[in-house]
Amino acid sequence: MSLIEIKDITKDYGKTRALDNISFTIEPNKIYGLLGRNGAGKTTLLNLLTNKLFPTSGDITIDGETVFENDKALGKVFYMMERNLYPETLRVKEVFKWTREYYPSFDIEYAGKLADSFGLPTNKRIKSLSTGYSSIFKVIVALASNAEIILLDEPVLGLDANHREQLYKEIITNYSEKPKTIIISTHLIEEVAELLEEVIIIDNGRLVKKEPAEQLLAAAYTVSGEASKVDKYIEDRKFTGEQVMGKFKSVVVLEEARHKDEALANELNLEFSMVELQKLFISLTNS
Amino acid sequence: MLLDFNSEKPIYLQLAEAIEDDILRGIFDEETQIVSTTEISVNFKINPATAGKGINLLVDEGILYKKRGVGMFVSSGAKEKILNKRKEGFFEGFILSLLEEASKLGISKDEIIKMIERGNER
Repeated sequence: MSLIEIKDITKDYGKTRALDNISFTIEPNKIYGLLGRNGAGKTTLLNLLTNKLFPTSGDITIDGETVFENDKALGKVFYMMERNLYPETLRVKEVFKWTREYYPSFDIEYAGKLADSFGLPTNKRIKSLSTGYSSIFKVIVALASNAEIILLDEPVLGLDANHREQLYKEIITNYSEKPKTIIISTHLIEEVAELLEEVIIIDNGRLVKKEPAEQLLAAAYTVSGEASKVDKYIEDRKFTGEQVMGKFKSVVVLEEARHKDEALANELNLEFSMVELQKLFISLTNS
Repeated sequence: MLLDFNSEKPIYLQLAEAIEDDILRGIFDEETQIVSTTEISVNFKINPATAGKGINLLVDEGILYKKRGVGMFVSSGAKEKILNKRKEGFFEGFILSLLEEASKLGISKDEIIKMIERGNER
């Protein structure tokens, strides 16, 4: 068990409001996607969750206990940061040992195996790692930490396609064998879309959506065809994400897919398709 | 087993159908073990809950069954069950929509039967 409750969190940096009265609950043992545009407040939220920052107001609890200045609650969370905060002169294997001091159930053997499978020599120094290998190294430490909650901030930064694929597979394997809460913050939405059980979207410091991925995608659909006919279809409907190419037009209709009007679409010669998470994200955060 | 991530059909339904196809084609025989939910989710990089939902659909229909601590197996009689189900679907999915389209185009019943015969000869 590791229930995270984010309660009325507001965070100001001087006059800038980074997070604006955000509240939601993160249920245990699910894979979450934390999505938002640059500067939306994702990293601020992760930093608050791990006591790296203090909120202006509000509280965050894990299993009922506040995370602020509370080692017991924080011991349940491993945070893989986008920035590298490890001492640069340390070697990979030294970081493994060092991490075990803070996370007693850190699995050194498993970490070594993962490093092997990615071709990361464990006697390399942190400073000599490329951007890609630095990401790989940090994700390995996170996966091997055996923490109940792991936060991955841009886990595939700088990775080539092969390594990204391998990394996603390792994340699923790890999760299947030892279910845990995994929160992935990323801009590569298309790549992780099928991996996510729930999606959290924040925009301009506010919570836009927090829903099961399936439910979110079922709440909209795409309709396309000849522009004037598409316009006719969307006359009395809520829509977003218009795309026009010559006489062709496609829009995201914001209504449950099961309510779509097949007969009208047939008559107007329109085509339906599923809305992709990335498209929906763009239309929800394009303000 | 193949999944189409651009399809309108939810992934868990596609997965259930893909497993059924593999049972029909004899890739998974009756009373033999199928791949695990983990293997499926890792391979397709899909959430394990999604994979589990697809598998459970087939368990509920009696096409697969769970052996505790071992894994998922194809039930005996699964092939026939799938065939019967698909035949019903064939009527709903193909025949009815064929008749609808035919009436739109003004094709008579006799003409349809002739077309089917012609198709058979090819």
